[in-house]
Amino acid sequence: METAFTPLMSFGGGALVGLAVVLLMLGLGRILGATGILSGAVFVTSRQEATWRVALIAGMLIAPGAIFVVTGTMPEISVPSSPIMIVVGGLIVGLGASLGSGCTSGHGICGLSRLSLRSIVAVPTFMATAAITVYLIRHAFGG
Amino acid sequence: MQLIYTVLTGLVFGIGIALSGMMNPAKVLNFFDVMGSWDPSLAFVMAGALTVTFLGYRLVWKRDTPLFSDRFQIPTSTLIDAKLIGGSALFGIGWGIAGFCPGAAIPALGTGRWEVALFLCAVVGGFFLRRLLSNLPLKATS
Repeated sequence: METAFTPLMSFGGGALVGLAVVLLMLGLGRILGATGILSGAVFVTSRQEATWRVALIAGMLIAPGAIFVVTGTMPEISVPSSPIMIVVGGLIVGLGASLGSGCTSGHGICGLSRLSLRSIVAVPTFMATAAITVYLIRHAFGG
Repeated sequence: MQLIYTVLTGLVFGIGIALSGMMNPAKVLNFFDVMGSWDPSLAFVMAGALTVTFLGYRLVWKRDTPLFSDRFQIPTSTLIDAKLIGGSALFGIGWGIAGFCPGAAIPALGTGRWEVALFLCAVVGGFFLRRLLSNLPLKATS
């Protein structure tokens, strides 16, 4: 399925994501990695550690509603993957991102901006395996 | 005050993710489909986010402390091991299968779509799986 190329909107949205990442560092001195934030909200070590993560997640959850109020439409979500693929993919994402200590936000944005050696290794690794996986699913088997 | 600040930070993140197109798995998967219906938009998301973060982090670090905390907590490890590479490789495979990553799925859950809820439940299942694995005696490091 084709999707429209949206360079300006994507750059602007990305810049807002970057702004949020910087705001979290400015306010709390923390890295904004979605995997660490979700896992820290699920596996609670202390009230203090859980509270800011839950607050951040709450803010993220109201974003689509805020966009709906302003523009009158929800952000577009079309899911090409079957429910089984969503579950299998989700399990692998959870396992892999926690083993590898990060995902697109933690390694991809925070880590690369810090020029972290671990992220400089992690990002090309997951970008490559994602591209290979999509190639295999769409062009080698089926598609 | 700190709580409101953090909620607003999450809101800015979520709006950015939604506007950028990262919330839409069809768009994310097309970014990786260079041989098919390629949509390079996500490179522009990364470019926008990295430009702001690269500059913004350096401005913020001129301060001695964050606004609401007594120190910056920044990872210091430089260890390149099998866990990092294998975990990242797995993460990419899962991302390519589902089309969602955690940072896109959390704000996307706010749309109320069941697919997003299913994905996030599976991600949390993956966190539990990782905990089970690290409790096995054959673990290398943790």
